[in-house]
Amino acid sequence: MRDDPKERAALGRTANAIAAANAIAPADAIARRRADFPILARTVNDRPLVYLDNGATSQKPQCVIDSETHYYAHLNANVHRGVHRLSQEATDAYEAARDTARNFLNAAQREEIVFVRGTTEAINLVANSFGARFRAGDEILITGMEHHSNIVPWQLACERSGAVLKVAPVDDSGELDGAAFESLLSPRTRIVGLTHVSNALGTINPVRELIALAHSCGVPVLLDGAQAVPHLAIDVQALDCDFYAFSGHKLYGPTGTGVLYGRRALLEAMPPWQGGGDMIRQVSFARTTYNDLPYKFEAGTPNIAGAIALAEAMRYVQGVGFDAIAAHEGALLRDATERARAFPGLRLIGTAREKAAILSFVLADVHAHDVGSILDHEGVAVRTGHHCAMPLMERFGVAATVRASFALYNTHEDVAALFAALEKVREVFGDA
Amino acid sequence: MPELRDLYQELIIDHGRRPRNYGALADANHRAEGFNPLCGDRITLFVKTREGVIEDVRFEGTGCAISTASASLMSEALKGRTEAEARALFDGFHALVTGEGAAQETPLGKLEVLAGVAEFPARVKCATLAWHTLLAALKDQSAPVSTEQDDPERADAAGTGRASDG
Repeated sequence: MRDDPKERAALGRTANAIAAANAIAPADAIARRRADFPILARTVNDRPLVYLDNGATSQKPQCVIDSETHYYAHLNANVHRGVHRLSQEATDAYEAARDTARNFLNAAQREEIVFVRGTTEAINLVANSFGARFRAGDEILITGMEHHSNIVPWQLACERSGAVLKVAPVDDSGELDGAAFESLLSPRTRIVGLTHVSNALGTINPVRELIALAHSCGVPVLLDGAQAVPHLAIDVQALDCDFYAFSGHKLYGPTGTGVLYGRRALLEAMPPWQGGGDMIRQVSFARTTYNDLPYKFEAGTPNIAGAIALAEAMRYVQGVGFDAIAAHEGALLRDATERARAFPGLRLIGTAREKAAILSFVLADVHAHDVGSILDHEGVAVRTGHHCAMPLMERFGVAATVRASFALYNTHEDVAALFAALEKVREVFGDA
Repeated sequence: MPELRDLYQELIIDHGRRPRNYGALADANHRAEGFNPLCGDRITLFVKTREGVIEDVRFEGTGCAISTASASLMSEALKGRTEAEARALFDGFHALVTGEGAAQETPLGKLEVLAGVAEFPARVKCATLAWHTLLAALKDQSAPVSTEQDDPERADAAGTGRASDG
């Protein structure tokens, strides 16, 4: 495993700077943190931006923006190919980013870190490559709270193989029905696809227990971590998961980046998914041999600048610290939930005991899109719609919800602005 | 900055809450379904015509205030019109809510209350869903209309070649 001193030094610098910021009064620490994100200074409809759509994508700190710029201004070259200086430096930076990702997830080996375009590509990779061995009558178990990225790739795998998709139900609070999940595990189950944190409900699933349960039946588990990585420290070894997928852009990193962690033995046994440059060792028209992990799964020129900037985002988040993030976002969620419960006609969708800082709700008689337009008019950005989780919306009997999702830079003033804007909705639509 | 009241006028709120001509129409001779996959709005439109004249229009479905009010106001505006007049009304209404085009040849009457939509481009699809569904119904198009088609108006027999709402 590579242990780059530059990498460690960079991590140390970022961590020290942010730890210093956190050591001062909390309000000042948040203000300083906000100052790291230039977009938060802009206005929308002549009002300060209140950005509460972090579940869709988070804003980027200056260090991430600078990292992308620096790459193109100083390093730009293709990786793993050139003998010239720039190519070597770009390769070093790209592979150092892999080490950062390994550290971020506490993967045992750097070979277990595959750079992808995002969660969707990561899950498609597993569904196609691991799923290549699925046969008619096999079963794939997912849950009723998955978003489309963790439904559709498995449906496609079922169409290809004749496997059957099983769905573990969700209860009225938005928690997974553990007993039903257990009863759906069968000798025919080939894989479990499970979201770590629900994007539409905020539910944090008890993934350790669920993984142990699946493993007791010999079933590997893929965790969809898209909504988990910005909020929770992830340790793939402690979780004992077999695959972990997440996107960079929800983690304060660039769009079009992401990571698939895969247990080495599984990745080695899996066939390549996409063919092309970098994933081969030797090509002849008679036969091609494939490259070692993780390059076997990284065909073509990757998003080099993106991976390097994603590593910067990981360092930034680690610098802030997941304890500080959890404490801050937890306080915001409690504040928002309390206000929501007191707000006339508001119905929370998703009231699980363990929740990430996501508040999903509907207002009596007012469609989510009308709420979204009025909130936007007040400078408050939220998500309205089915959140790419249409079956889940159906489960709760709603066509769409309003979702406010919080990040480490949000404030109690943002929560207040959300509810002030919701008052405006009542003003426009009447109390009804 | 566009004013909210331009979008959510009293008449829109009223039609959104108490849509006129809501429900199925047993003796409809045209019917179509519309769907906005982005927000989940759905509409089933029933049209009864006789000798090219629209005698009755009713609709069912779920949607936001803008889409429901638009369907409701449309259903009122269509009765007694010929199919050709209905298509002209579509053109006028489309121009109104997208802010494209000059003064309309077809007076829009109460439909003009939706003019504020032009200031909120994200809501154009809400306002036009019922209208695209109308064109599909008049054409007896069996496949549901989606606002996410490349060109929802391709069902439009008039073929005026407008850009899609996206």
